[in-house]
Amino acid sequence: MDRHVVAKVADVPPGDRKLVTVKGRPIAVFNLKGEFFAIGDKCPHEAGSLCAGRIVGLAESDVPGDYRLTRAGEFIKCPWHGWEFDIRTGQSWCDPTGTRVRAYDAKIEPGAELNKGPYVAETFKVTVEDDYVVINL
Amino acid sequence: MSIVTAERPQAQRPQRQKLSVVDCDIHPGFSTPEEIHPFLPERWREHVKTFGGHYRQAFADTLSHPRMAPEVSRADAWPPKGPPGSDLEFMRAQHLDANGVAYGMLMPLNRGPGNQRNLGYGAALATAVNDWQIAKWVTPEPRLRASIVVTQEDPEAAIAEIEKRAGDERFAQIMLPPRSLEPLGRKRYWPIYEAAVAAKRPLALHVGGINGYPASAGGYPSYYIEEQHTNVQGMQALVTSLVLEGVFERFPQLRVVLVEGGIAWMPALKWRLDKHYKRLKAEVPHLKRLPSEYIHDHIWLTTQPLDEPDKDSDLAETFELVGCDRIMFSTDYPHWDFDDPRFVLSKLTLSPEKQQAILAGNAKALYGLK
Repeated sequence: MDRHVVAKVADVPPGDRKLVTVKGRPIAVFNLKGEFFAIGDKCPHEAGSLCAGRIVGLAESDVPGDYRLTRAGEFIKCPWHGWEFDIRTGQSWCDPTGTRVRAYDAKIEPGAELNKGPYVAETFKVTVEDDYVVINL
Repeated sequence: MSIVTAERPQAQRPQRQKLSVVDCDIHPGFSTPEEIHPFLPERWREHVKTFGGHYRQAFADTLSHPRMAPEVSRADAWPPKGPPGSDLEFMRAQHLDANGVAYGMLMPLNRGPGNQRNLGYGAALATAVNDWQIAKWVTPEPRLRASIVVTQEDPEAAIAEIEKRAGDERFAQIMLPPRSLEPLGRKRYWPIYEAAVAAKRPLALHVGGINGYPASAGGYPSYYIEEQHTNVQGMQALVTSLVLEGVFERFPQLRVVLVEGGIAWMPALKWRLDKHYKRLKAEVPHLKRLPSEYIHDHIWLTTQPLDEPDKDSDLAETFELVGCDRIMFSTDYPHWDFDDPRFVLSKLTLSPEKQQAILAGNAKALYGLK
């Protein structure tokens, strides 16, 4: 398992996302209120690029006429058919047991720490001053 | 490792096997609302600027229900400039090249000429949209084929438009909305069918049409998901009308393509119509054969939006019941409920020959494509 440096933390502000490729796999990286998460970019339904979708919450209701929006900003909605996935786990909202995209281990590491190595950042210059998003894969 | 920025998110396509499909439903768009104006005569340009269009519903130039996504489109289908479907280069890269589209049938819904209450404007708009398809799309991109858009409520104008385009092979079919003022089997529309037969073109009936009536037999739907489903009953009503009014008895050469209605509803309709016909045929003595026989001989269906039963084998059985020789692949690009050819393929547990017929062969035979 290698440590892949995929983004500078400052380049993916809270609420934003970034499409990266690690070992040939397209991966969608999200900044959720300062925490970073990464899930496979390909929607399991028809392979739409999740990264190109909207970040949404859930509209929930226990009975008709009673509505609430919950977990704002915690789901990515496929740009094609609107399948929603939990940014934290990759789990599908409408079919949580049968459908999920793979979640990857993403964390923030300071450049100073990274520079001790080893890490993979072929197209990326890592400096000691900055913080980076790292995917273990 | 490579870094791909998400500033302009775009679909990452996996490497895929070579495909060659005929896509029977592609929606071309105007880059700007005014893009069609140069194709209109001065008289109607002035009309548009002064009065605009006028449908049989409360709001001009809108759809009856709010859609799932802006412009009804995939969120990743917006070109650098203009709305989805309006940029040929972008369409080539994202769809025609990426999905192996050998031929694509244009289904222009723009401004709905057949829905316009002002028939003169509707007819002028139909002519303009037809010229625009050739100028903007088919001339620079020979994989695309145009549809002869007509105003069904003005059959004389529709016939003139069909005759005008009949000699141009780049027009593959004749397009009118299935939800017209009366069900399309009614005699008022027959002159259009006579012209279609003379022009040797199928009719393409793409779901929709604004006729002032609720889309549902139960009244106005509350939700988009509810309105979406009325496409099925709309298609059933359409087929029922065409068959029972005797359209196919009168025009044995007429061929009809139902676009964006899906397919799974068809077997049940055939069974029920045949059953009723055996008991009630005295009411429709102009029919000489079972309704299902007219349907099979005259009606082709496009796949999208493909039904998704839990078991793929149920879908394969449904294809067999509909008739694999009458089903043609379609994507609905760039709309949000787009079907990807490779995923449709993977769901089809049918023989390779039948898959090939559905993805390309049936459409090539129907439209006379090489």
